[in-house]
Amino acid sequence: MNPTPAARRAIHPPPGPTSPFPYLAGSLLSAGDLTLAEISHILSRATFLESEDPLKRDRILSKRKIALLFYESSTRTRTSFELAAKALGADTTLVSSLSSSIEKGESLKDTGLTLRALGAEAIILRHNSSGAPWLLEAETRLPVVNAGDGMHEHPTQALLDLRTMLTHLRPGVTEVDAETMAGVTVTVVGDIMHSRVARSNMMLLPRLGARVILCGPKELLPEVAGQAGPGISIERDFDAALHQSDVVMMLRIQGERLAGLQLDLEQYKANYQLTGPRLAAHAPKAMVMHPGPIIRGMEVTAGVADGVQSVILEQVKNGVAIRMAVVERALTTGGAA
Amino acid sequence: MTALAIKGGHLLDPAAGVDGLKDILLNDGHVAEIAGPGKLKHANGAEVLDATGLTVAPGLVDIHVHLREPGQGYKETIASGTAAAAAGGFTSVAAMPNTRPVNDSPEITSWMQAPERGASVRVFPIGAATRGSKGEVINDYAALKAAGAVAVTDDGSPILKDNIMRETLAAAARVGLSVIQHAEDTRLTQGASMNAGPTAFRLGLRGMPPEAEYGLVERDIRLVSELRDARAHLHVAHTSTGAAVAAVRQARRNGLHVTCEVTPHHFLLTEEHVGMYDTHAKMNPPLRAAADRDAMIEAILDGVVDAIATDHAPHAVHEKEVEFENAPNGITGLETALGLSLRWLNKEWKMPMGRVLSLLSAQPAALLGLKGRGTLAVGSFADVVIFDPKAEWTYRARETKSKSRNTPFDGWTMQGRVRWTISEGRVVYTNSA
Repeated sequence: MNPTPAARRAIHPPPGPTSPFPYLAGSLLSAGDLTLAEISHILSRATFLESEDPLKRDRILSKRKIALLFYESSTRTRTSFELAAKALGADTTLVSSLSSSIEKGESLKDTGLTLRALGAEAIILRHNSSGAPWLLEAETRLPVVNAGDGMHEHPTQALLDLRTMLTHLRPGVTEVDAETMAGVTVTVVGDIMHSRVARSNMMLLPRLGARVILCGPKELLPEVAGQAGPGISIERDFDAALHQSDVVMMLRIQGERLAGLQLDLEQYKANYQLTGPRLAAHAPKAMVMHPGPIIRGMEVTAGVADGVQSVILEQVKNGVAIRMAVVERALTTGGAA
Repeated sequence: MTALAIKGGHLLDPAAGVDGLKDILLNDGHVAEIAGPGKLKHANGAEVLDATGLTVAPGLVDIHVHLREPGQGYKETIASGTAAAAAGGFTSVAAMPNTRPVNDSPEITSWMQAPERGASVRVFPIGAATRGSKGEVINDYAALKAAGAVAVTDDGSPILKDNIMRETLAAAARVGLSVIQHAEDTRLTQGASMNAGPTAFRLGLRGMPPEAEYGLVERDIRLVSELRDARAHLHVAHTSTGAAVAAVRQARRNGLHVTCEVTPHHFLLTEEHVGMYDTHAKMNPPLRAAADRDAMIEAILDGVVDAIATDHAPHAVHEKEVEFENAPNGITGLETALGLSLRWLNKEWKMPMGRVLSLLSAQPAALLGLKGRGTLAVGSFADVVIFDPKAEWTYRARETKSKSRNTPFDGWTMQGRVRWTISEGRVVYTNSA
């Protein structure tokens, strides 16, 4: 008897996708690309570099050239990458979309090739299109650090978030494994759909044993998000989610990416705003995090942002340490292929 | 024009029910005689083509190509696109009207068919259904048909308004033209660049839900059934979802004249092929989930699908070397359709070769009413493809005859090598390797 068509396909399926080009070892495109050993290396170098004598530290990348290519506005990420690179002695140059030939219609490829011709040895890219760092790396073959791509990922944010959590929950730990965060529940709240911070944390934290709960309304948190990987679940009731949480990560509603989506903000605040009473009632011990920028009075009240449970400014401070380690890795690992 | 005798080959003409060793004589652009090996009576003085060991079949018919002329000659011209068609074994191509300007007039329709365009194979223009493909004002279908248009469509800008689509179907039926719909409810696909689902979420890309396709197919079928007496013909372009094919199947059971095509990429690839933002896996409709891809294979093997069409959509290199969301939709397909169809439908999934060839010639020709095409019966046009069915080869995009090389099939193994393509008696492609 002849096999059914479906059975024949099971024996001979058409070829799957070929694996993408091998990324340069110094690149950091997705939090999911990092092995546990690489994560440990970045965390321990962050700790070392943070406490290193500044006069010794600035010889590590002395006169090396790093370009910051920013297609979107940024305060924290841009400044901390810049301070991190300079702390290691590197020369940095900033190219932003509003004061460059990008305004005249130059493509990402040409901008990248131009920066390489000018001597850039690595590029730190923030871009409004998901996937732009992959394109830039493929075209320039320079190490690329993803500083946020569209709605996709923001891997250094996930690393600095991890460092902040470890400081409080696993003091002194920089060597991580698949159990390091076992028993820890992290709830990410709000505009998951448009958040690269959420995606990078979802790619990172479960691999260390943490449980990630996503919380938000259907418009901002589609059901498919729950299928993004192991250890991720959806809880739409904010109070129920808070009740289980060791860490609460609040996200901004990204008005610039809503694409016509209508949202009842009063309803949103009633259901998902983190207020003092809500925190006290359901998660009096949890760490409160926020990647910034904060819209006070929207996703969090001023009292919570400034309150004792908030570690928001610690996150910012950890950003410099983590980015020193990531910039060092970009220029000292593997090198150009 | 001298006569041409193709001798020693295996003639496979599903429409005529021929499957065996036959010699065939072409004269004056038509098939003049078919006879057993060495038995041609009128071949004296004819040039002889030795097809020993090869399959001789009706030239292939692609009812969905974008030749980009007028207006975007840097992507493709009618000359380069039809050269690629000839290399792929195609002798008839139906050209979509989303040119610059849109082909919504008899003048452009005639211009596309003029000898000055340098076409290697026959070009059948498809006229725009509405003025400028804006979905508002119906064009003069009688005039388009008189100028040579074989169907009407607003491909790429689907007709969303019920009353306009109803009027289009009725007006086209009155003059005997088919209406081709690119079924996409664009209200559900704003800003989207791939199939909706977990992969799109993971990649941070907005997704096109399957219901954007099948919802419009169901709407169109409802309109056809309301116009039952008018005998309107709806052809659904590049179906990509199981639900859309199911709707077509049901409509046919209900006696409606509804047909559909599937592209090689939709029966071979899935959304996973987007990989890390590969713009050669970006097209519209998008590559779907594996279950939908499997449904396309089943539908082809079951006979619900009427044609394999390529949706050949050339774009310049610089247009695809950009951020995924900013890249234009579409891939080239004329040179890979036969090799992929034989490799997968025939070799792997055991669909008889005659049925595969029928989906690539006789059925699409019949669907658009292309008289004398898609068969080699005596008196038909001398449109022939001669290929080595046993030859395996590797497709190399850099060797393409097209002006563009935006294909996800670069480096793929193909089955069946075209040796000659003959259009109305002229040899328009030769590969003696």
